[in-house]
Amino acid sequence: MADMIKGNNAIAEAAVRAGVKLYAGYPITPSTEIMEYLSKRLPEVGGSFVQAESELAGINMVMGAAACGVRALTASSGPGISLKQEGISCISDEELACVVINVVRYGNGLGTLYSAQCDYHRETRGGGNGDYRCIVLCPESIQEAVDLMAPAYDLAEKYRIVTVMMTEGALGQMMEPCEMPDFIEPKKHPWGFDGKYSYKKIGIFDRNSMTEAVALNKKHETIKAEEQRWEEDGLEDAEYVFVAFGLPGRSVKGAVKQLRAEGHKVGFIRPITTWPFPEKAFENINKDVKGIISVEANATGQLIDDVALTIKKTIKDRNVPSYCLPCVYGIPTIKFTKEGLHKIISGEIKEAY
Amino acid sequence: MAKARKVPAIIDNPMSFCPGCGHGIVVRLIAECLEELGQDQNIIFALGVGCSSLLGGGLVIDRLHCPHGRASAVATGMKRVQPENTIVAYQGDGDAYSIGIAETINAAYRNENFTMISINNTNYGMTGGQMSWTTMPGQVTTTSPLGRDCEVTGNPLKFPELAASQFDVAFAARGAVTSPKNINKLKKYIKNGLEAQINGEGYSVIEVLSPCPTNWKMTPLNAMKRIDEELIPYYPLGVFKERKEN
Ligand SMILES: Cc1ncc(C[n+]2csc(CCOP(=O)(O)OP(=O)(O)O)c2C)c(N)n1
Ligand code: SF4
Repeated sequence: MADMIKGNNAIAEAAVRAGVKLYAGYPITPSTEIMEYLSKRLPEVGGSFVQAESELAGINMVMGAAACGVRALTASSGPGISLKQEGISCISDEELACVVINVVRYGNGLGTLYSAQCDYHRETRGGGNGDYRCIVLCPESIQEAVDLMAPAYDLAEKYRIVTVMMTEGALGQMMEPCEMPDFIEPKKHPWGFDGKYSYKKIGIFDRNSMTEAVALNKKHETIKAEEQRWEEDGLEDAEYVFVAFGLPGRSVKGAVKQLRAEGHKVGFIRPITTWPFPEKAFENINKDVKGIISVEANATGQLIDDVALTIKKTIKDRNVPSYCLPCVYGIPTIKFTKEGLHKIISGEIKEAY
Repeated sequence: MAKARKVPAIIDNPMSFCPGCGHGIVVRLIAECLEELGQDQNIIFALGVGCSSLLGGGLVIDRLHCPHGRASAVATGMKRVQPENTIVAYQGDGDAYSIGIAETINAAYRNENFTMISINNTNYGMTGGQMSWTTMPGQVTTTSPLGRDCEVTGNPLKFPELAASQFDVAFAARGAVTSPKNINKLKKYIKNGLEAQINGEGYSVIEVLSPCPTNWKMTPLNAMKRIDEELIPYYPLGVFKERKEN
């Protein structure tokens, strides 16, 4: 039987096992345990921990370490990730690899301490200035978060891109039984600085953005084609398909099970990568589907945009209506999702697109 | 025939500084010091935004162009994972002392083991000569058109003095590029800073009073004169924190 462990601690230990050698960050609830854990743990394994003066400094320290081809990590939440956007944009521009964990909390500005998914747009669109995306991984459980840690770095390094692990406040704070992965000793990358100018990099004023744009698009296309991850069930005969990720995704799976038992033809897609968005899953949906429903923990509905666009792309001959069930914060209950479906069927909830 | 002085190997292409700019002299000094210390194949630069970034095209070394103000944080990350490399954060005064004052102070505060070299030309050079935190009282810039009024803007910042008096840093000094004598002294400071780092003594900062003839709207010669006559009385040259070894 696996040991009970708190989400943030488990993720931090998984990072150590994935070979992280530098953590730099600044405290913010509900992510802080990640840095607290690593302040003790990283020195034990010969790594470096820096309590930075700000999130801005933290991500720039990560950039320095990443430039040396070393696995580096930072974690934060809402307002802290806002401050990190400058660095994330620069790391993306320099095509360096790192992982950023966003333990999402609800709200604009200072926000609140409630668990939520309100940073969906920011994380999946890039977030900072410029033309770039980050690979975004959205675990539904502590075990899945832990299991995704090493792949998060593998993806970041394969494509030389930032991988965002987007978890939620509740996932960081709850405890579950969890099996820890084995230790990895990552190899140093040839493009990492060694002081010898062995990786020849050109100066910023010698760059050709036109050629770089072609390469960037090619990279994004490859990621979209190769790296979509999701879980699905019941799509073949579904009249309604729910789409939800993270903890709401896990809850929706329970709702689908109960609704099926009650005779409703429903299915679900749980994106594990929200960028690239799992478009391939939508190709498995019954072509006579009546509607597609996003269930999400924010106020305005954000995931719904990708859901609506993707169904438009995959079922081209008609306009499949898409509905949104935003629960604002927390985790939508099974009851919330079931009632939502009934309201959609009765016409009480109108389509969003 | 007299033998020409050898250009350090890591200086490759011409850098596009304005005629009479001080950056070029400092780059040359750093390159000479690195060569003399056997570090020119063991060096990573965290380059600031501004005219500092022009180094990028001219030095054949590992270098990262850092976001404006953050070079000291980037250098911290580099040094922490690669302690055997010599790390230099190379920044303008606007970069190091205005937008990046938090990152700069905190690196000194933690006594991070790298060397920060800041080019103090009393303005934001690359963006066309706006006021920075080292602009002199009364100095006309594009954002202090009537001359800097310290009553409303605060007084010019003296970072090496601050680092030396408030933090446990290894070495802090200020030099200038106005005469062969000053240049030779500056080279000693740079070498001292790098040696402090190589020996693991901790943070070193060398500020350089450097002309920006373009934005000061002066001839290169008059710009040098301005440093000698106006800047040095306010920004004294010398060592503010001696290395323990010396
Ligand atoms: C975040 C951000 N703000 C503003 C700028 C615009 N900018 C580019 S260079 C520069 C001034 C640099 O001045 P300084 O650091 O003193 O260096 P110098 O050019 O004088 O050597 C500014 C404000 C920027 N690149 N990034
Ligand atoms: S603008 Fe000033 S600091 Fe920049 S290169 Fe020209 S003279 Fe030098």
